[in-house]
Amino acid sequence: MSRGTWLVGRLLQIIPTLLLIGVVVFVLVHLLPGDIVTSMLGDHATKQAVANLRRSLGLDRTLAEQFVLFVRNALRGSFGDSLAHGIPVARLIAQRLPVTAMLTAMAVVIAVVLAVPLAFVAALRAERAPDIAIRVAFQVGLSSPIFYVGLVLLSVFAAWLRWFPVGGYGSGFLDHIYHLILPAFALALSLSAILMRNLRAAILGVIRAEYVDFARAKGIAARLVLFRHVLRNALIATVTLLGLSIGSLLGGAVVTETVFAVPGVGRLMVDSIFARDYPVIEALTLILAVVVSITFLATDILQMVLDPRIGR
Amino acid sequence: MNELLRVEQLGVVFHAARGRVYAVDGVDLAIAPGEVLGLVGESGSGKSVTLRAIARLLHEEAHITGRVLWQGRDLLTLPARALEQVRGAGIGTIFQEPMAALNPVLSIGLQIDESLRAHTGLDAAGRRARARELLDLVGIADAASRLRQYPHEFSGGMRQRAMIAIALAANPKLLLADEPTTALDVTIQDQILRLLLRLVSELSMAMLLVTHDLGVVASTCDRVAVMYAGRLCETGPTAQVLHAPRHAYTDALLRALPGEGAARARLQPIPGMPPRIDHPSPGCPFAPRCTHAEPRCDRERPAMQDVAPGRASACFAQDRLGVAA
Ligand SMILES: Nc1ncnc2c1ncn2[C@@H]1O[C@H](COP(=O)(O)OP(=O)(O)O)[C@@H](O)[C@H]1O
Ligand code: SF4
Ligand SMILES: [Mg+2]
Repeated sequence: MSRGTWLVGRLLQIIPTLLLIGVVVFVLVHLLPGDIVTSMLGDHATKQAVANLRRSLGLDRTLAEQFVLFVRNALRGSFGDSLAHGIPVARLIAQRLPVTAMLTAMAVVIAVVLAVPLAFVAALRAERAPDIAIRVAFQVGLSSPIFYVGLVLLSVFAAWLRWFPVGGYGSGFLDHIYHLILPAFALALSLSAILMRNLRAAILGVIRAEYVDFARAKGIAARLVLFRHVLRNALIATVTLLGLSIGSLLGGAVVTETVFAVPGVGRLMVDSIFARDYPVIEALTLILAVVVSITFLATDILQMVLDPRIGR
Repeated sequence: MNELLRVEQLGVVFHAARGRVYAVDGVDLAIAPGEVLGLVGESGSGKSVTLRAIARLLHEEAHITGRVLWQGRDLLTLPARALEQVRGAGIGTIFQEPMAALNPVLSIGLQIDESLRAHTGLDAAGRRARARELLDLVGIADAASRLRQYPHEFSGGMRQRAMIAIALAANPKLLLADEPTTALDVTIQDQILRLLLRLVSELSMAMLLVTHDLGVVASTCDRVAVMYAGRLCETGPTAQVLHAPRHAYTDALLRALPGEGAARARLQPIPGMPPRIDHPSPGCPFAPRCTHAEPRCDRERPAMQDVAPGRASACFAQDRLGVAA
């Protein structure tokens, strides 16, 4: 099998995945407790009003027809209007999604920048003071809940030292970054601990590989041996882990955005659940699931780039 | 004296979690330019550790003593940068398992190019040309496209050829070869051995060939050194050692071969167990299994003695054996 065939096959896999996500979200919404129409119109609506709304929502059709309608609307990006905000769901999410995208992107960058060099130091000094210090520090990070870390960061760096704002998103790109630094740190901490642990173990596994000794035997510089032969090979597994962590990172964003009052989709999700804003919940679930499966796809492709054995 | 490499009293002790392992103890070796020296012994006798200690490839738990003299400089105390220049350019190394020794995620071309970059002043075009030349040299056809391929796209024999090409990239004067054919199909073993011998003579290179196969030694080596339990038993010209051993262990090895002069025969285990090397014996390590043993063999360590011009043996029975042969 050629790598091209593999790639096409992998890309095609996304279709059944997305279809499955669609079915799950559709079924979930139909299983939600409480009648959507009642919660939209309130308990005192007339029978006529209820019937009209049911018809306009397509709830009088068969389940199969409703599903087709749901898919068609989803593909067009039309999810109806938000019950709580009264504006189209698509527009609402379009306002919020970039905030969360930026928050998670910053968290990934922070996690990687923290984890990679420290994993390297820890592995090269395995079982000695630097390694033990790094591992203990990260263990603390790993075992602290995000909301707790967030509150500590808030009270120290925002309330006490006043280096950062206590919440919000600001205006303008740099101001956004400034506002998101603390929440991104809170979000990054446990991811970076997971990455650090994984990469440290991977480096320790690779550093004694025969091909590393062979590279040393060739007389190439020690720096090249470390970066090209040890770190590169060790990173392959860690990249996969990072890709697979995006889902839980989005879950963490819900908490972080709540603690730091960041107006992203995580916050929107929490608010919508409390407000029973079904159209928003449905659209968000769908979009986040699609985002996660696209990250998985990107992870696989990146792995193929890093590891020539895949797809041959 | 005309020597390329001289190993003096080489000792390697591994400080493992469960105690110490005395893997190599008091080994002396010398290799002349262009010479093929075989290092032979049962599995676990310390051959690979000796070879890796020479190029200082062992890891931190290995405590190395003695001297490894290369052009008058002791490799064991050489600064890292100077050592990098000797590795590859002066001393090339090939390992037993080409699949494990080649980096799976780098192309063969890049793995050759690394050596050329480190040790030659060639520009990119020059290095590409040289890389193709190297694959031709080791008998890999269609070099240009092979250079773009990865180790898993090569067969076992081709991988070993590629590893040899990488090791020879910077024209080393000595090749350390650790059981270069053991991991290969029997039919391919001969091809690789012949290739190595051809390269040694064409490139006027010396080779330290580690093997546990006396047949390989007989057909390829100018001189041989026999190892047991981390110690050297005897050294000398191959024909003399194999036809008239002066050490009881070599003698036992040869007797354990099926049939007279079976050239391709593998070593057969000698009755008894190889010794534990976590507690080295004060006497001769072979004593518990030796049919020639005397009382002092258990207590006194036999010293290496010259028994003939170019021959040395560390065995109390060296003279009896000489007479018997
Ligand atoms: N890193 C290590 N730590 C502890 N013991 C080791 C290590 N490497 C090799 N040894 C031991 O040293 C002895 C010699 O091994 P080796 O040189 O590989 O034998 P061989 O003659 O088969 O090549 C063996 O008993 C082996 O278990
Ligand atoms: S020294 Fe003694 S025990 Fe050792 S090989 Fe010679 S005769 Fe045997
Ligand atoms: Mg070995």
